[in-house]
Amino acid sequence: MPAVQETVDRVRRIDVDQYRYGFETVIESEKAPKGLSEDTIRYISGKKNEPAWMLEWRLEAYRRWLTMTEPTWARVDYPKIDFQDLYYYSAPKPKKQLSSIDEIDPEILKTYEKLGIPLREVAILEGVEPKPGAGSPETRKIAVDAVFDSVSVATTFKEELKKAGVIFMPISEAIREHPELVQKYLGSVVPTSDNFYATLNSAVFSDGSFVYVPPGVRCPMELSTYFRINERNTGQFERTLIIADKGAYVSYLEGCTAPQRDENQLHAAVVELVAHDDAEIKYSTVQNWYPGNSEGVGGIYNFVTKRGDCRGNNSKISWTQVETGSAITWKYPSCILRGDNSRGEFYSIAISNGYQQVDSGTKMIHLGKNTSSRIISKGIAAGRSQNTYRGLVTAHRKATGARNFTACDSLLIGDRCGAHTVPYIEAKNSSATFEHEATTSKISEDVLFYCIQRGLSQEEAVGLVVNGFVKDVLQQLPMEFAVEAQKLISISLEGSVG
Amino acid sequence: MNVALVKNDSGPAASSVFAAAQGRLPGAGKVADIRREAFAAFERTGLPHRRIEEWKYTDLRALVREVLPLAGTPDAAALARAKVAIASVAIDGATKIVLVDGVVALELSDLAALPSGVSVRTLRALLDEQSNESRGDLLLTKASDPMLSLNAALATDGVVVTVADGVQLSSPLQLIHVATASKVARYSRSHVLIGQGARAALVENSIAAEGAAAYQANDAAVIWVGDEAALSHVRLMRDATDVVNVSSELFTVGAKSKLSLFNMTSGGAVSRLQAFITLAGEASELIVNGVNLLRDKQHGDMTLVVDHAVPGCTSRENFRAVLDDRAHSVFQGRIIVRQDAQQTDGKMMTRALLLSDEAEADSKPELEIFADDVSCGHGATAGALDDSLLFYLQARGLPEKQAQALLIQAFVGEAIEAIEDDDLRERVIAAAQDWLEARA
Repeated sequence: MPAVQETVDRVRRIDVDQYRYGFETVIESEKAPKGLSEDTIRYISGKKNEPAWMLEWRLEAYRRWLTMTEPTWARVDYPKIDFQDLYYYSAPKPKKQLSSIDEIDPEILKTYEKLGIPLREVAILEGVEPKPGAGSPETRKIAVDAVFDSVSVATTFKEELKKAGVIFMPISEAIREHPELVQKYLGSVVPTSDNFYATLNSAVFSDGSFVYVPPGVRCPMELSTYFRINERNTGQFERTLIIADKGAYVSYLEGCTAPQRDENQLHAAVVELVAHDDAEIKYSTVQNWYPGNSEGVGGIYNFVTKRGDCRGNNSKISWTQVETGSAITWKYPSCILRGDNSRGEFYSIAISNGYQQVDSGTKMIHLGKNTSSRIISKGIAAGRSQNTYRGLVTAHRKATGARNFTACDSLLIGDRCGAHTVPYIEAKNSSATFEHEATTSKISEDVLFYCIQRGLSQEEAVGLVVNGFVKDVLQQLPMEFAVEAQKLISISLEGSVG
Repeated sequence: MNVALVKNDSGPAASSVFAAAQGRLPGAGKVADIRREAFAAFERTGLPHRRIEEWKYTDLRALVREVLPLAGTPDAAALARAKVAIASVAIDGATKIVLVDGVVALELSDLAALPSGVSVRTLRALLDEQSNESRGDLLLTKASDPMLSLNAALATDGVVVTVADGVQLSSPLQLIHVATASKVARYSRSHVLIGQGARAALVENSIAAEGAAAYQANDAAVIWVGDEAALSHVRLMRDATDVVNVSSELFTVGAKSKLSLFNMTSGGAVSRLQAFITLAGEASELIVNGVNLLRDKQHGDMTLVVDHAVPGCTSRENFRAVLDDRAHSVFQGRIIVRQDAQQTDGKMMTRALLLSDEAEADSKPELEIFADDVSCGHGATAGALDDSLLFYLQARGLPEKQAQALLIQAFVGEAIEAIEDDDLRERVIAAAQDWLEARA
């Protein structure tokens, strides 16, 4: 069954030539010399006033990176990246020492205003209607860390969070102020030697967010980081580290955009999550990097390593992502289910248009007893794009009682694009129960029958079932993001091709 | 001077095996060139290993280690042993073609009394025909794979079977591979052509004669199914338990045809069937069913690549693995739907039953879709026997083992029941039964 017109129209509305965030901020910036060498790394480390151990850590990663080769297994195709033709550090030139938000360069403020991201401490985001009966406004606050090229320009609600004991600050600050935490956790989930891009990131990462939620604390508001690439020829290498100590809870959101340019830009981030006993981390992403124009020129290369470690018993990590941007996406947010009874979730909607190439999915690695995971992935390919789901589910010998449920569906709009599914399912324990399905028709014949019996057409019935299903994914997003995401994904999936 | 021999990754150099085999390989001139090129292609990767995506779960460098020397021509004693062995699998009334250690054994085959419309020639004879150098084509395939290249380099014999247009065979053709020698490798390559409107059943067995052990089998089959034709192909792999069997089958299916492929692997230490199936004509139907029944440290792999090149074809793949002890089963299925192949209907299901905590089942059901008006899906499950079903049966007085056997039978039965021919289906069920009984 081909896609229905409504779906086609909705996807068209977010086609690559409709990119709304493609403007450029004219601002003076300070850059590291072009190219990559030990000197570049010393420069970055120096700019951040880092302690010696951090520099050593970076240099070790750099030396390791020199021995590695770029991975080629993903279903993406791009010209060879010249790693010497990039700037690895770019920061807006500070006019003077800042003491309050009002002193931030107005150009930058304007940029974030245009993007709809409040750098002032407002209770709720613009365009969000308060939900009737949705608790006090207190619960709706959202703290923002704004990262502009290589540096964090502002972090809001720091003081209020501090009162709750939550540490939320740029990672460059955390390295100076909380070295014991950073040293303990940095690289403990994604080791410096993990993969080509993660190793590169370890050597040159410039900023990103650091979150520590102490034992028993439920983070009083949503935390979020907004990443903006502005400068030309610059790679953005951010590093995010989130730790939820015993019994803690945190919900974190991430958004990304970039100006419209003819050249490709590299974004190679690393995100590490650590959940101790009974802790829960919810990580949501709305990725809307510039995808290139309708001819496939320009756009961001998004090569990201995201991994969560359910280190403690009964811990839970949940990834939700809405992927609409980037020329090339290469990312697999994963969960290592190490603690007994730990749980991993991955909800993803990836929409590709134009000449975009998406190779994304997840890894659920079951190591502990009675661990469970759930993967819900929807891919929609239009234009001349290629959209691949690639996922691994594996149960270790000792992972008795491991359970996984996976559903990955994809939809093609037009006959010039491709949708692909590459699941790897490895069961090494007889008590592990894995279920994997990739069809819409399999979702529920009963429900369909029920709807049709009550007078809906087949298509309406499928639409109802699937929309209800997608809404399940949407509900995983905190409301502030759900508003934006709703526009992107209130798309019916009739004619899904598995 | 004493020099310690260090074994490298692919064991004793495969090139010395290839050099030593030269005198035994049919075909000179162009054919020999093709063999050299194929061997060079193999050498570029050597034995496939886990870094080669298609071989991720079947790492022959770790599992096999070396390429064994080519098997010699079977002597009278070997043929006598082979004759004893084939008695257990021979189907009454079938047209038998027997290959012993990769060489067609005319005296054991029914080539003298072929049904009308069927012709059989040996690959060896065709390659040796000096007059026709284009016979080298018999060693070429579209698919590229290191083990297929090795097969092209070293294929010693095989059969070229043609079923003429419109011929409806009432009894099956049976291709029996028998191993009689130990610690050697055999390479055969056969071609089967089912003419337009023809109908046939092809049964393929791989067995070991008494005393044959630790051999390597690399059998390839290139099969063409013409327009409006039907082929039912059943493979029963019961090699000795310390054997490596890597078989490749390449199918091209014409329009309005039906191909039904069934494979059951219960023998061998390391087995793999890799089938590359191209649906090249519209409105054809493909049914693939596979069963792995493995125990001890057996490793069984079924790898399928189904290429929907034209519109309107249907494909169904259904795979079942039952794993005991430390067995390891692999299923890799890939459905490709080309841009023009609209109205494709492809479904793939893989299920693994783990009877032991040390067994391992790996599945990789892949979809690669370039057309927008298609319906494709895949499903995969892995797990142990359902406790509530076991309890139900035991509550009705069945001993545990018997209850398990019943459930296992039902589990693999879903794949076996696709075999249309009653007699063949019964044989397969009996073979599955043998495996179950050996368990109890």
